[in-house]
Amino acid sequence: MKISDIKTLLDAEVVCGEENLDHDVYSACGSDMMSDVLAYVKDQAVLLTGLVNSQVIRTAEMMDMVCIVFVRSKKPTEDMIELARESGIVLMNTEKRMYEACGLLYTSGLVGNGVRHE
Amino acid sequence: MRRAACSIQAGSSETGSDMSESVRFRFNVDGSNFTTAGQASVQVKKNLRELGIPADAIRRVSIAMYEGEINMVIHAHGGEAEVIVFEDRIEIILSDRGPGIPNIELAMKEGYSTAPDNIRSLGFGAGMGLPNMKRYTDDMKIETELGKGTTITMTVRF
Ligand SMILES: Nc1ncnc2c1ncn2[C@@H]1O[C@H](COP(=O)(O)OP(=O)(O)O)[C@@H](O)[C@H]1O
Ligand SMILES: [Mg+2]
Repeated sequence: MKISDIKTLLDAEVVCGEENLDHDVYSACGSDMMSDVLAYVKDQAVLLTGLVNSQVIRTAEMMDMVCIVFVRSKKPTEDMIELARESGIVLMNTEKRMYEACGLLYTSGLVGNGVRHE
Repeated sequence: MRRAACSIQAGSSETGSDMSESVRFRFNVDGSNFTTAGQASVQVKKNLRELGIPADAIRRVSIAMYEGEINMVIHAHGGEAEVIVFEDRIEIILSDRGPGIPNIELAMKEGYSTAPDNIRSLGFGAGMGLPNMKRYTDDMKIETELGKGTTITMTVRF
């Protein structure tokens, strides 16, 4: 699916990275613990999280992720938006809660694909 | 916004037997600010991309260094990070003057953490940092002395 499909499925608002909505993505992960995100590296392109701080952006950057969805209407700060812009990462937020947001994307074909680096 | 202080040096490696050219990056890691933690790792990732290092190696270096950098900030009041790029490998040296690690074997266990709850609410402190660093690197050495500090040396080959 494309990042624009995520926006539609989650009825999300794009905060930055509008120009990258055409990017194809195949897998995602949802977590509020960044070290858990960092433990799985199988080209997960999308991060869903309820956590709002700069480390979320840096974690996505380290993992070469291209899109972050903030659940429960959480809004990223200006600092975070600037960091995301520098890395070309799309930020969006949705009113949906984590469970529902992940479920919607999963049933629409965005898999987990969590393979741990051994 | 403040950037991580970085100095770059090019020169021969110091390890006597290995005479290949190397590039070094040095950073001070500010231990008083969780928000800026990880800046050095982001910068290293950019530098390695410019040097044309293979993507997989870049990812392994940056994840391992990022976890180590976060540890220096949350457990050891900051420190210094150095990254040395050789022809076939990258070395990451993280040194701090923090409290040291009393029991390395315990610290290496997945899920073991002494991080306070406020750190967990910031997304870290799951006790996965050191295990992640070990898994992403080909070699990891921890030198630590209680009350003096910790130096972690990691190698990623490519
Ligand atoms: N640089 C360090 N200085 C002192 N203690 C450290 C350092 N790095 C790690 N530790 C200790 O090792 C434990 C495990 O580290 P880690 O696996 O990264 O988990 P976490 O950072 O989530 O607690 C930490 O909780 C801490 O007690
Ligand atoms: Mg840690």
